[in-house]
Amino acid sequence: MAEVVLKDVRKTYAGGVEAVKGVSLDIPDGGFCVLVGPSGCGKSTLLRMIAGLETITAGSVAIGPRVVNDVEPADRDIAMVFQNYALYPHMSVYDNMAYGLKNRGTPKDEIDKRVKEAARILAIESFLARKPRALSGGQRQRVAMGRAIVRKPQVFLFDEPLSNLDAKLRVQMRVEIKRLQRALGVTSVYVTHDQVEAMTLSDKLVVMNAGNVEQVGLPNDVYKRPASRFVATFIGSPPMNIVPGIVEGDGRVAVGGHMLAVADMAPGLAPGTVLDVGLRPEDLEVSGGPGIRLPVDFVEELGATQLFHGKLDGAEMVVQAPTGAITSDTRQLTLTIDAAKVHLFDRDTGARRGR
Amino acid sequence: MVEKRRFGNLVPHLILLVGVSIVAFPVYLAFVASTHDAATIANGQMQPVPGPHFLENYYRTIFVGTSSSTREPVGTMMLNSFVMAMGIALGKILISIISAYAVVYFRFPFRMTAFWIIFVTLMLPVEVRIYPTYKIVADLGLIDTYAGLTMPLVASATGTLLFRQFFMTIPDELLEASKIDGAGAFRFFKDTVLPLSITTIAALFVIQFIYGWNQYLWPLLITTKDNMQTIVIGIKKMIVTQDALTEWQLAMATAVLAMLPPVVVVVLMQRLFVKGLVETEK
Repeated sequence: MAEVVLKDVRKTYAGGVEAVKGVSLDIPDGGFCVLVGPSGCGKSTLLRMIAGLETITAGSVAIGPRVVNDVEPADRDIAMVFQNYALYPHMSVYDNMAYGLKNRGTPKDEIDKRVKEAARILAIESFLARKPRALSGGQRQRVAMGRAIVRKPQVFLFDEPLSNLDAKLRVQMRVEIKRLQRALGVTSVYVTHDQVEAMTLSDKLVVMNAGNVEQVGLPNDVYKRPASRFVATFIGSPPMNIVPGIVEGDGRVAVGGHMLAVADMAPGLAPGTVLDVGLRPEDLEVSGGPGIRLPVDFVEELGATQLFHGKLDGAEMVVQAPTGAITSDTRQLTLTIDAAKVHLFDRDTGARRGR
Repeated sequence: MVEKRRFGNLVPHLILLVGVSIVAFPVYLAFVASTHDAATIANGQMQPVPGPHFLENYYRTIFVGTSSSTREPVGTMMLNSFVMAMGIALGKILISIISAYAVVYFRFPFRMTAFWIIFVTLMLPVEVRIYPTYKIVADLGLIDTYAGLTMPLVASATGTLLFRQFFMTIPDELLEASKIDGAGAFRFFKDTVLPLSITTIAALFVIQFIYGWNQYLWPLLITTKDNMQTIVIGIKKMIVTQDALTEWQLAMATAVLAMLPPVVVVVLMQRLFVKGLVETEK
């Protein structure tokens, strides 16, 4: 077991493209850190630098007490689970799991013991003799995890391991990964572009954008207090509504002609300043009295909830409500929101304008 | 599109049968001729059914040889052809799999230049560069040796290209997984690339064995002694005789014998061969 410490890690590719622009990160021993972001944000590159599959242009990566910048992947004491599983197609499941140990000269009976144990944990004992092509996607994924487990590494690295599975299996495997990681207590770094996976798995959520870390924190904190407009719209489904608002005074913002009270607002914002106001679809409530008037264009039925779509001052706006709370043929909604749930962002930089 | 027609398969089968008989008839005739004696053939009295001299003719062909033009028994020629074909096939597999591995998996200066130089040799088959090649082989004193027979034909790009294309389809993640599993360049080659390449190797072996076996121009130039000549040259020499009657029954027996090894190779390796050319699952 070990902690993973990144210090100002940078990656510049030969063509001059800067994929990772100085990331510092501290993953505690036994922690589950999820890197999340859109494609091309550098999250995979960062993971591959921890794995040793990409060279580190600048900065340092330490696993435990040891800086591993120039250490071969095999000697970093890590194990990686790949998106397409990367199982050796010509080897049996058993050999796939045993290969890494064999290369390290582990005694035969020890290998056997570890493989059997991992197979038991993952419930893949019955097909140890099969070739990967005779397995389903979920089973292959288990084997790939088994290959990581048998090594008893200090760090698990997951590179979008669930992307190739269908939705139902993904939920199931997500739970299993979480349970497994808890049980083994191995420090894990997990890359995904799926914010649901990120929220549910992590105890340290890292949101990345364009090679930079936008926010690091507990998943709930990131959700409740996004540090930037980017994080606000990336985490949460459906995404947070961003509508223009005008500062009216301390703790007051006008949105769509209606005055909203704001709990978290940077002091000294001049009245008249235009801001981006973030309102989560699930936080908006129908008001009996005055409120933001939203003409409804159409309604999406999701079963348990309904999504009301409309436009406010030219910006798309979605309101989520439990089915039946609002009649589906409503043409216009009058909305209010709790002052604590209003988020303010700078129009230009996107940074949070809170206290 | 499954159509039920009573005679649905009849017409295609008829067409195929006609095609097969056109191809197979000369082969059959050669076999029939190889079982008659010289006089019957020379007199034009040969019947289209096998004659009574099968054992006698083949024994003479393989172990004794013809009485005139080339006096080597065909057994020796077959051995020469076999050595040459195997040498070309195996040599080519060996150097092309290694060079393709280098070009695909290693980053070294002028990597693409190296690849293009290999590629360009495709445009220069032996026939085009025959004079300089002959000169070099002669200067090295390799005339009438197996090395001289095989080496110039081993050096060409087809195999390298085939393996390169195949290696490109092996996912990068496999290489990365091997790296993390502690396998270096050699182990990755031995444990992963080689086992995955079996079918491609088989396909290349079949193609190259037949290519080597059927070589005519190069052995014709490079062999001067009768005991080094290949079976293809042997047939040619048996047929063109100035001072005696062509021993057709022996020439035909030689032709039939010359056909056998490629047929055996294809039949034995057919399944792997087809898999190697069409397989997509990695």
